[in-house]
This record gives sequence, C-alpha cells and structure tokens, in this order.
Amino acid sequence: MKVNVKYFASIRESVGTGSEPLQTTATTLGALRDELIARGGAFAQSLARGRAVRVALNQVMSGEDAALTEGCEVAFFPPVTGG
Amino acid sequence: MTARVVIQTQDFDVGAEIAALRAQDKRVGAVCTFIGTVRDRNSAPTLGTGVSSLPPEGAVSPRGGPAAKHDDQTVLTMELEHYPGMTEKSIEDMIDAAFQRFDIYAARVIHRVGPLLPLDQIVLVVVTSAHRGESFQACEFLMDYLKTQAPFWKKEQTPEGARWVDARVSDDQALAKWGIASGNSAA
Repeated sequence: MKVNVKYFASIRESVGTGSEPLQTTATTLGALRDELIARGGAFAQSLARGRAVRVALNQVMSGEDAALTEGCEVAFFPPVTGG
Repeated sequence: MTARVVIQTQDFDVGAEIAALRAQDKRVGAVCTFIGTVRDRNSAPTLGTGVSSLPPEGAVSPRGGPAAKHDDQTVLTMELEHYPGMTEKSIEDMIDAAFQRFDIYAARVIHRVGPLLPLDQIVLVVVTSAHRGESFQACEFLMDYLKTQAPFWKKEQTPEGARWVDARVSDDQALAKWGIASGNSAA
C-alpha cells in the first residue's frame, strides 16, 4: 500500500529528508520501521532497534503494532523536547 | 472564542492572555500560569537518545579535555522545530484530559517555534478555576504532558557547535506521577 512517511528533528537531518511517499508491503508501524532499517546507512542508524524512536500514525503517538492503512501518514522522530 | 492552542513564531503578552482567558467569567477565583523561557545553559541527566551533531564521546574538545557529553554548555541560540497539525491536535487532547481530571473553567496553551534567544519566552500555559488547587494542578499536568508528548524539538547552538537537546529522565518521571507512561523507552 501507499503511505506518506515523515521524519523530524535529528532523524530528519540524519536521513536527509523531511518526508517521502512510500510503497510498502508492511502492515504495521513496526514492520515499516524494519523495512526502513533494511535500507541501511542513515536509516539503519537513526531508526536502529534499541534506540528510542517515537512513531506517530495519522498524527497520534502510536505503538509499533498499530496497523497501517492506505494513504496513512507515519512519522518517525526522537523523544520530544518542547516546553 | 479564542483558540485553546496556538503555535506561533512571535512573542506573547502574558497579561493580555490572562485577561482574555478570565474574560467576564465571574466564577473564576484562581488563575495559574506557567511560562517556560530559554536558558543560556543546559544541564540535566538525559535519556541519551539524541543523534548529536557534536563529536562522538571521547573526541577531544578545543579545551584539550574529553568532549563534554551534553552537559553544562552555553546556549547561544535555540531553534524549535515542530510537527504542524499533530502539535495542535496533541495539545488539544491534553487540554481535554486536564478538563476531565480537574475542575477547571478555561485553559490556553501558546507555544513558540522557530529561532529563539536566551531570555525569550517559549511556552505559556494559563488555567482558570474556582479555587487555586485545581488550576495549580492542571497547569503542572499540562506542562508535564506537553514536555514528553507534544511534538516539539529543540536544537541549540553552542560555542562547540549545534546539538539537538536530549529528552530528560526527569520529564518522564514527572509524567509518571500522573499515572501516564511517556512511551520514550527504546524499542
């Protein structure tokens, strides 16, 4: 299915883009993260397992077992530091 | 009616915001405000999860000693990034949660983004209630929630270079006291 992936802050800088449309066979957020890690390079490094990466699905903080839907918006970012 | 959540680059006038929130509400007997400002130094135990732009640990600093590990450095400027749309939505949800937990009449959150300097105001939370306890608590709850759940990220310019601010362990602990997990653990 088609999803729109966004990256923020240090992850955005590291992977070199703020967003990309993506065709994926993944059905969950966690599987999509693994698919991106499999690209290697900066993706593997900044999304690596064991690193605290927050994931939002359609602009809501979500767990990795959350299911992707056609055209959904997924965002990967480090723990937030506002306020 | 004024928006409950505003994300803006420009500064805000605390007095005007308080007056607007109190308006003509004669039930209000307490107004609690929190203002977050930009410090010129930064130090606290962090989660250590950021991807730093600084040299790796063990690299030699200009002073000749080991490079400082994200602590106690001078902050020259700060840049605040956010996730437009999700930011507003997440803070709206937090305000809904505050209304469910506390007997409050009104709440407003203003958060600045973009370039900021030490002394600048970053965030304003204003809450009104009949008695002080409820607005004190709701104000603290909103800030604890915002700190770990609203998608903002700070990047600081220091004499040693730029660095992304790391999330703090103490912020996760602050949220935990309300019975809410931060979700920041590694996976």
